[in-house]
Order: sequence, then structure tokens, then C-alpha cells
Amino acid sequence: MKLSNGIKIIAGIVIFVILITFLFWYGKGKTFLQPALSLDTPAIAQLKEIRCVEDTAFMRANHMKLLVTWREGVVREGNRLYTARDGRVFDASLSTTCLKCHSNKQQFCDRCHNYVGAKPNCFSCHIIPAEVRK
Amino acid sequence: MKPSRRDFLKIAGMSTLSLVVPTIISPAWAKEKLTIPGGEPLTAKRWGMAIDASKCPAGCVDCITACHGAHNVPDFGNPKDEVKWIWQEKFAAAFPNESHPYLQESRKQLRLPVLCNQCANPPCVRVCPTKSTFQRQDGIVMMDYHRCIGCRLCMAACPYGARSMNYRDPQPFIRKINPDFPTRTKGVVEKCNFCEERLAIGLKPACVAACKKKALVFGDMENPRSEIRLLIENRFNLRRRASLGTQPQIYYIV
Repeated sequence: MKLSNGIKIIAGIVIFVILITFLFWYGKGKTFLQPALSLDTPAIAQLKEIRCVEDTAFMRANHMKLLVTWREGVVREGNRLYTARDGRVFDASLSTTCLKCHSNKQQFCDRCHNYVGAKPNCFSCHIIPAEVRK
Repeated sequence: MKPSRRDFLKIAGMSTLSLVVPTIISPAWAKEKLTIPGGEPLTAKRWGMAIDASKCPAGCVDCITACHGAHNVPDFGNPKDEVKWIWQEKFAAAFPNESHPYLQESRKQLRLPVLCNQCANPPCVRVCPTKSTFQRQDGIVMMDYHRCIGCRLCMAACPYGARSMNYRDPQPFIRKINPDFPTRTKGVVEKCNFCEERLAIGLKPACVAACKKKALVFGDMENPRSEIRLLIENRFNLRRRASLGTQPQIYYIV
């Protein structure tokens, strides 16, 4: 069998395969620094047990879903209190509950959001307390 | 000791009286027990407000200042872009159907505080394509700013002009930001929320609390013994453009 324009076709296929697999081989072996999140705030230092509203693994994966649930509950149903799985009750509020402990927004929220390129628009309306904004 | 027939009748009579008397003289202490700062939420079947504008001193804007300060209402300094939750109108503007050239001069000069009428049949809720504006169980017509797409159908639907659009980012135009309440963002419509965030912590609305002359009365319209019901039943009152069928819940005592 003889391919007319064989070289061009094969070269094209090779370039296509390289491009399509780019995401799988690029950066292989390189180490990427994960953002270091700081828990060094006065409010967290005073906690006896360092535990967020829910456990860390859940919060890391689902904090956005939790916040949406809070949002819908407060605005739509008027449920301002959230009972965590371990029975503690929290005021369902980003500006007060979350930012009271995580008063270092730049070193906590922003670091991870910047790293993954997430641009949550919470803070275009919800006020960052003055001591957090600095 | 066995009670005699006479004693039995006395006891029965006293018991009946003790049941009947409170309902007869109740209005004296029927005034709702409200406002414990940070306390139990205030609840009602239907919130409403009565406004006696004749009590308003000339030039007083306490209610407006309190509301706009509490809710981070921006001041763009331009009437075309004005954002307002509560503001003042002349009698002829607030009640076009009830006004005529021979009105009492004092009534013509009256400046009525006007706000969202928290209609029982709200046209803004009906037109909202995203259900951003909705009506709560207690009658408050509220906005979920997260869902507002800025289409302004509600502004077209509201016959009272009670809704304002943020044509620009409002944050730089807020004189002093109240950290306890969120601001809005560009492209979002806003309006009075009957201070639902204050009711949730047991406080009356900011405008009512700020009024020194008690011109604004807030309460449960469905409670026949509430202060507002007693007031509405005893004093002649008007509602703005009630003929439109929106069933406004702000009652103006005239």
C-alpha cells in the first residue's frame, strides 16, 4: 500500500497525538508547590480543638456547597442557624462565621482560589471586615 | 365541707367572669411585646406598616438615614441612577387619585415617607423570570440578590417605583459601609426588605426604630389585637393605588 502525501499525514497524526496528550505528560515529574494555607489567626489560636464547621476533608471538598446551602437556607427559608454533624450550632453567615476565624483571607481563601483559578464572586457584595481587608 | 348551693353559684360566676373580662378590656395591654435586641425572632402571619405622616416634622429624614445607613444603600448623587429603599413624596405624587386642586394646604405640603408596599399580590414577584423576587410566608416581598440578573422587569411591573437598579458598582458610593449587611453589585435591582434581617434578631425595622415621633407603626396585620390593627381600625387610612389590586400593606393614616 502506498500513501500519497504519506509524510504529511503521518506528521499530522504525530502532532495531533502530541497535542491531545499534552495534559498527561506536561509537568510529569515536576513538583508543583501546593498553596500553603495559613491557619495562623488569633481566633483559631484560641480554639481548644482546631475544627472548622465540619471536618477538614469535608470542608476542603465541599465548602462551596455548604455555603450555597447556607445561602439558600438563610435567604429563601429564613434558617439562620446551621447544626453541624457533631451538634454544634453556627450562624449561617460568610462574613461573620467564616471570616471570624479565617480573618486572614489573603493567606487562606485567596491563596487556594488563585492557585486553581477559581473566581468566586461572594466578595463583590459580602463585606470583608475591615480588619481582614487591611 | 360541702359547698352550699349559693357558694357553688358564686364560684361558677367568678370563674365565668375571669374568662370574659380579659377579652373585653384586652386592648389596654394588647400592644405587642416586641424588641429584645439579639433576642427571639419576631414572627407574624402578615407584616404591615401604618404611617401617620402628619406626625412627621418638616424636613425630618431620620427614617431614610437610618434605613439607607443600615442597608448600605449607595448615593450616586444623580437622580437618574438614584437607589432608594424609603424616600419622600408629596401627597399628590403618592396619591394621584385622591388629590385635587382644592386640597387643604397642609395636606398639599405633606411629605409622605414611601417605601416598598410589601404587596399581598405583588406584580414584581409575578414577572421575575428567575424567582429572584419572592414572597415569604409572613408576606414580606424579598429579593435574593444572588439570583437577580438585572433584567428590570420588576421595575417595570412595580406601580410604586419602589425598585432601583445598580447601574454601576455601588460600593464606592456608600458613605459608610455597615459590615453587618451585604452591599449589592453592578447589574442588580434592590428594594426595601422590611428589615427581615432585623426581625430575625428580634428588632423592629430600622425606619420604625429611628422615628422619634412614632409616625411609623409596624406589626402583624393578621393579629386583631396588634397595635397596628387597633390603629388601622380607629383611624381612616389610604393605601397607595389600591385600585390596581396589588393589596399594598403600607397604610397611610390621613
